[in-house]
Order: sequence, then structure tokens, then C-alpha cells
Amino acid sequence: MNVLEIKNLQVSVVTDAGNKEILRGVDLTIKSGETHAIMGPNGSGKSTLAYSIAGHPKYLITGGSVLLDGADVLEMSVDERAKAGLFLAMQYPVEVPGVSVSNFLRTAVTAIRGEAPKLRTWVGEVKEVMASLNIDGAFSERNVNEGFSGGEKKRHEILQMELLKPKIAILDETDSGLDVDALRIVSEGVNRVKANSNLGVMLITHYTRILRYIKPDFVHVFANGKIVEEGGPELADKLEEKGYAEYITA
Amino acid sequence: MGALTTNYLTPTGREEAWRFTPLKRLAGLHDSSVNVAGHISISSKTELPQGVSLKVSSSADFPASYTSNDVVTNRIRQTAKQVSVLTIADDCEASESIYLSRTCSTEPEFSRVVIQAGVNSKSTVVVENTGTGQLGEEIEINLAPGARLDLISLQEWDKSAVHIAQHHAILSKDSQFTSYVVSVGGSVVRISPTVEFTGPGAFADLYGVYFATDGQHLEHRIHVDHNVANAKSRVTYKGALAGKQAHTVWIGDVYIHKGADGTDTYELNRNLLLTDGARADSVPNLEIETSEIVGAGHASTTGRFDDEQLFYLQSRGIPAEVARRLVIRGFFAEIVNKFKNADLEEQLMARIDEELSKVGQ
Ligand SMILES: Nc1ncnc2c1ncn2[C@@H]1O[C@H](COP(=O)(O)OP(=O)(O)OP(=O)(O)O)[C@@H](O)[C@H]1O
Ligand SMILES: [Mg+2]
Repeated sequence: MNVLEIKNLQVSVVTDAGNKEILRGVDLTIKSGETHAIMGPNGSGKSTLAYSIAGHPKYLITGGSVLLDGADVLEMSVDERAKAGLFLAMQYPVEVPGVSVSNFLRTAVTAIRGEAPKLRTWVGEVKEVMASLNIDGAFSERNVNEGFSGGEKKRHEILQMELLKPKIAILDETDSGLDVDALRIVSEGVNRVKANSNLGVMLITHYTRILRYIKPDFVHVFANGKIVEEGGPELADKLEEKGYAEYITA
Repeated sequence: MGALTTNYLTPTGREEAWRFTPLKRLAGLHDSSVNVAGHISISSKTELPQGVSLKVSSSADFPASYTSNDVVTNRIRQTAKQVSVLTIADDCEASESIYLSRTCSTEPEFSRVVIQAGVNSKSTVVVENTGTGQLGEEIEINLAPGARLDLISLQEWDKSAVHIAQHHAILSKDSQFTSYVVSVGGSVVRISPTVEFTGPGAFADLYGVYFATDGQHLEHRIHVDHNVANAKSRVTYKGALAGKQAHTVWIGDVYIHKGADGTDTYELNRNLLLTDGARADSVPNLEIETSEIVGAGHASTTGRFDDEQLFYLQSRGIPAEVARRLVIRGFFAEIVNKFKNADLEEQLMARIDEELSKVGQ
């Protein structure tokens, strides 16, 4: 059983014009096997939360704590956080010119597992996961995210998640830009990892349609840099109907 | 106005061609008052393929085939009594690379090399430079009709070496010259890859990779003369810089003369600044005297290391220094992959990793 505990997290974004406060005290606990949906208006700070947990250098932690199984995540370097079992599927995956997908995946898995995967089983393992996510084998030789369509980038994120086998995954709008079939395929991928390794998931989304595939245990409303309401799956339906007006004016 | 005589005068640093170069560090290679001896330092590292020969000949038997306005090239021609001549026979298709190497130490030296690629021949020549010395070098490359030649010139010098060179290719009808200039070592390296065409249908494809660290000066001065119709050229140079006083210079001169109709040319220089304190000069220059061309263009960019790429790789568990190496290797991969020689690729990438690890030490 793994636990990610976010307590009173306060974060500013570092800009040329100075620091700007974005997160104003976020409290959230995610345990193995649980799925927490985070829904909230544009610009409310959802990606800031995701990036802060992953350790992006542009965010400055001004207060609070993040613990993974009691260990202080905020003290860890970016790669240490990944090794500790955190994974962030990014809203905007980054292109890395000249670095092939296969080289990237092998380097990442070697780092996470602490040893190079056995070549024979590894090739098969990658092929199998790619096939299940409907990713053409030719992507192995392409450069990371370079020229990928929006939906291809998202599938590539989930491919990495399946291979890296994290304890807790943060999916930042992984459903945005996916067509109906891709949405189902990606959701099945997430559910597969959940079933196999009891993954805990923070699912940031604007739409209830992904929640029909990946059933949330909890839904949190995020507005103005913090969680303003919590409930079960029925809260998502209410949000879809009524929007965020009552939370923004509040 | 005596263009010729100026070519023999010791540069002062005010000349356009020398304004970027640290003359004080050239060990007198450019200075007519300093004696430098001619020397045959180049030799074959492996057995030569069938149809290929490397001989030492008298300079008198191999007079220069073109006029150079480079002062060091002219000093080499005056001084070197002997010349290394690499001949690739007509129709020869060398399956293995022709691997030449040279190690320079103590004495400054001038070296002249002539490469003759025969009619419809096909070959890859590697020239590997190592050591601590000071070298003035001219390589003249003659491509007979239909010849295809890849020339990989590796500057893997020690930190103190000085290397001033002109590599001049003369492309006749339907020949194809691909050049890779790789400069990763040396204190001062200044290479002028120059190209002229004597027949239509020829293609000069010029690549360069350079990596300058603390205090290194790496300069590449490309000059492509489109003096006949229907020839094509591409120039693609990529460089990375790291550390204090790392300095690179890239000059891309392309001239399309009157009558060179159907010319197709494009030149690109990209520089990646890995740290503060490094400086990349990049000067593309395209002069066009005819409008009947297929295409002509240039691009030059100098950018900083992309932190988002580093973050992305690290967020997948990859340690910072490994991520940095991946990104830099990736930056150069586009060119280095074209060597189609895995050993050479790995040798170069390993050298770049090593240089990177020493930055700031
Ligand atoms: N460099 C910056 N300078 C100024 N403001 C910034 C900067 N980076 C982020 N912000 C602001 O931080 C706020 C939170 O952004 P964030 O990306 O976390 O929102 P989000 O909830 O993920 O939105 P979306 O639903 O659109 O993805 C936004 O108002 C954004 O404009
Ligand atoms: Mg966002």
C-alpha cells in the first residue's frame, strides 16, 4: 500500500515579473488503487499542482508538504521522484529532437529499475504494450514526441506509464485531444495498470466522458488554487451540468 | 590592387578573413617571419582497399589546381616539397572506408594532401587528426565525372593543438561530394571547406559538427562557388558550446555567379549554448548574380539549452547528467547518423560526452 499525501501545498510560479502565487493550500491524499478525479476551470492551477509534485523547476514551493509513503518528495530531485514511484503524464508532452523513442524508453526503464532490461524480453514487452495502445511499431524509431499528433503524444505518455510501473500516476488532461477510440484504448491502458499494480491515480480532466471508462472513487473540484469541494462520481455529473460558476464567485 | 600579394602578407587581424581568429595563438602558422617545415605526417591506418593508393610525390608533379586566397594555404604550397597523394581508381567501389590518420606533436608543420577520386568511383575517406601539434593543412579533392566521395575529417586534437586548414573540392560533371568536418579538440581550429564546380549535375553536401568547451576557438569558413549551371549544394553545420571563453565561428559564403542557372543551394547553421560565457558567431552570406535558380536560402540559429527537454527526461527517472548527454547527442544525431559507421559514431559521441564532463574543471 502506497500513499501520496499533499498537505497545505502552496506554490508560486517563477516569472520574469516576479513570483505569482498559484496554489493556495492544497490538501489531498491518494492511496494505492484509488482514483481521484480533479476538475476545475482553466487557469485554476491543476497543471501547477501536477508539475509541482513532479518537481518542475519553474515552480517555487512556498509552503506545505508532499510525502510519498512518508518520504519528503519536495526534497527529491526530479529523477528521484520518478524512481520513488511518481509518474506525470503531461498535458503538453515535450519533443526531444534526435532521441529515439526506443532509446528513451530503454534509458528510462534502466534508470527506474536500476538495471538494464534484458534485451530479449524487453523488445517483446515494448511491442506488446505498444500494440495494446494501438501505437504503430514504427514509432520506436521516431524521435520522442517529434511530429506526433496530439493524440499520439498522449498514447505515448501512457505507454511510458505502463513500462515504468509507477506507484502513483498523475494524468494531466490525458483525455484531451483523443478521439473516441483512442479514449477507450488509453483508458483500458490505465485500467490495466490499475489492475496489475494497484496504481493510485490523480486524473485531471475537463470532461466526464473519460470517467465512464476510468471510474473515479473521488471527485475534487479545483478552483482558484485549491480544492473547494469533494464528493463521489455524482459530483462530476453535477459539474458537467452546472459548470463552475458557484465555485468561482464563492 | 594586388590581391595575390596580400595573400602572402602576414594577417594583422583587421582583415575580414581573420577578424575572428586569435592570431596570437596560431604558433606562427600564419606568420611569414616564422619558419615552418613541410612534413608528410599522414598515413593509412588500415590496409588500403583494392584500387586505392597512397603515395608521397614531389609537389612539382602535383601543382595546385586552383587559386587560393588563404595565406596559410599559400605558405603551405611554398614550403611543402612533397605531397601525399591518395588516388581512387576509375570505377573503383571501395566497400571499406579508407582510413588515414595523422598525429602531430612538438614541431609546427605544413602538410599538403591531394585526393583524386576517379571516374564513377565510390569511396569514403576518413582523415583523423590527433595529438598536441600545430598543423597547417591543405587538402585538395578532385572528383572526376560521376565520382562519389565521402570525406570525414576528424579533429580529435588534444587541448593545446592548433590546426589551420583549407579543404578544397573541385567537382566535375555529375560527381557527388559529401564532407563531414568534425571538430571537437584543439586550442584553435580553423578549417575552410571550399567548393567549386566544373560541370553540371554535381552535388556538394557539406556537414559539420563542432563542440567547443572552455577556452577553445573552433572556426569553420565555408565557401561554395556556384560557377557553372545546374549544380547543387547543401551546407549543414551544428555546434554546441559550453564553458568560459568557448568560441565558435561559422562563416557560410555561397556565391551564385552569372550563368550558374539552375543552381540549388541551402545552408544552415545551428548553435546550442549549454552554459553562459560561451560565444557563437554565425555569418551566412549568399550572393546571387542570376535569377534563373531552383532555390537559394540560408538559416542560422543560436539557442540555449532547453530546460523543458531536460525536465521531461528527468521526470522519467533519467538522471540529469544522462539527460543532458541524451539531448546533446540528439542535437548532433541528425548529422552523425549519416556517417553510416556505428564505430565512428560512438567514438565521436563518447568524445563529446567526455568533453562535456570536463566543462568548468
Ligand atoms: N510563467 C507564467 N507567468 C504568469 N502566469 C503563469 C505562468 N505560468 C503559469 N501561469 C499562470 O498560472 C495559472 C495556473 O496555470 P495552470 O496551468 O496550473 O492551470 P490549469 O488549471 O492547468 O489550466 P488548464 O485547465 O487550462 O490546463 C494560470 O493562470 C497561468 O496563466
Ligand atoms: Mg492544465
